Amino acid sequence: MINKVVKNATAATHGIEDNMTLMLGGFGLCGIPENCIAELVKKKVMGLTCISNNAGVDDFGIGLMLQQKQVKKMISSYVGENNEFERQMLTGELKVDLIPQGSLAERCRAGGAGIPAFFTPAGYGTEVAEGKEVREFNGKPHILESALTADFAIVKAWKGDKAGNLIYKSTARNFNPMMAMAGKITIAEVEELVSDGELNPNEIHTPGIFVQRIFQGEKYEKRIEQITTRARL
Amino acid sequence: MLNKNQIAQRIAQELQNNWYVNLGIGIPTLVANYIPEGINVEFQSENGVLGMGPFPFEGEEDADLINAGKQTITTMPGAVFFDSATSFAMIRGQHVQLTVLGAMEVSENGDIANWKIPGKMVKGMGGAMDLVASAENIIVAMMHTNKKGESKILKNCTLPLTGVGCVKKVVTNLCVMEIKNGAFYLLERAPDVSIEEIKNATEGKLIVEGDIPEMRL
Repeated sequence: MINKVVKNATAATHGIEDNMTLMLGGFGLCGIPENCIAELVKKKVMGLTCISNNAGVDDFGIGLMLQQKQVKKMISSYVGENNEFERQMLTGELKVDLIPQGSLAERCRAGGAGIPAFFTPAGYGTEVAEGKEVREFNGKPHILESALTADFAIVKAWKGDKAGNLIYKSTARNFNPMMAMAGKITIAEVEELVSDGELNPNEIHTPGIFVQRIFQGEKYEKRIEQITTRARL
Repeated sequence: MLNKNQIAQRIAQELQNNWYVNLGIGIPTLVANYIPEGINVEFQSENGVLGMGPFPFEGEEDADLINAGKQTITTMPGAVFFDSATSFAMIRGQHVQLTVLGAMEVSENGDIANWKIPGKMVKGMGGAMDLVASAENIIVAMMHTNKKGESKILKNCTLPLTGVGCVKKVVTNLCVMEIKNGAFYLLERAPDVSIEEIKNATEGKLIVEGDIPEMRL
């Protein structure tokens, strides 16, 4: 078993420098690498390009990095619910590249899978298609989308072992598995770093081959963006 | 004239047994409250769950279990979680039988605009472009006119598009319409709404053939 365990977020994020491209897993605030984000905020690496489905909220997730103006460019599908983001976008301090969610997921997957580009119907006839090659397949127009990779991909899982095998919980899986595949160096932070042989090989979501560094996060706040409940009858 | 809940109730009548259905944010979400008796459907949420259940009871919220609107949810027996690439494989691969989503504008050739208003903060398209580009069966839930009373059922969309030639059916506060052959075909009227009212509120080409029944809720 190859041991990829590092001590903490500081060791895990070693080598992340100004102007790098990062992928960060998560959907909204669900399944985000909280500990690594806190570390990047502390380290104050600047000029980052962040590929992440969302940009957090003002005071949590990637929003914390935006507050310190550490992000130069966001590549996302949806960036609402963040006032500082909006301010920086409107003043032009922050560049934003909006991508259809399915294309974003597939571009990460392709990046990790050695597929440089693919055709998708999503975005045909819209401004997303501007400047992109269009080709018809089965009588339907598709646009050419290219793969995405990153200097570092930072993902969050529920359980992991020292080989970097990962299991995610519920909808906290989201973009994490594809981003894990697409990082030149992939960092996994987990809620539980389990002992050897504890994970059932039948149930692993991300094979450890995609992961270079793994550590157990110190704590998880797991903030909920929209608490929605029903009444007990 | 229908309220938002009644629009959802009318759309729920379109559900067929054992369909997989993706509901967008807003009025579409309400459709889950009106599933007809004897109909079993599975709800897909594009962030990675099939078999979505109702909202949790207070105190039972799980931060790791949300829908695409980032609301806390529960799951039904037989539910499954998956990653975002698999989720959009279900959508693009047409494994989901029905997509219901909201719109700011719809045109007579089935174009839809629902993600961007020039000059206003752009939040992003999320999964809407993937959904409309691939779904076989798209129903749009929307108000027929804007707050100024101007039609949102148009000859051509004026806002940036989400997808082209993809909408098949529109349910508004005034009526149900099918889009085909470059026109809106009036199928049903909302209770106490006249054909004249619908005509006046519709900028796009509206075809009224024969007797148009009042919808039943």
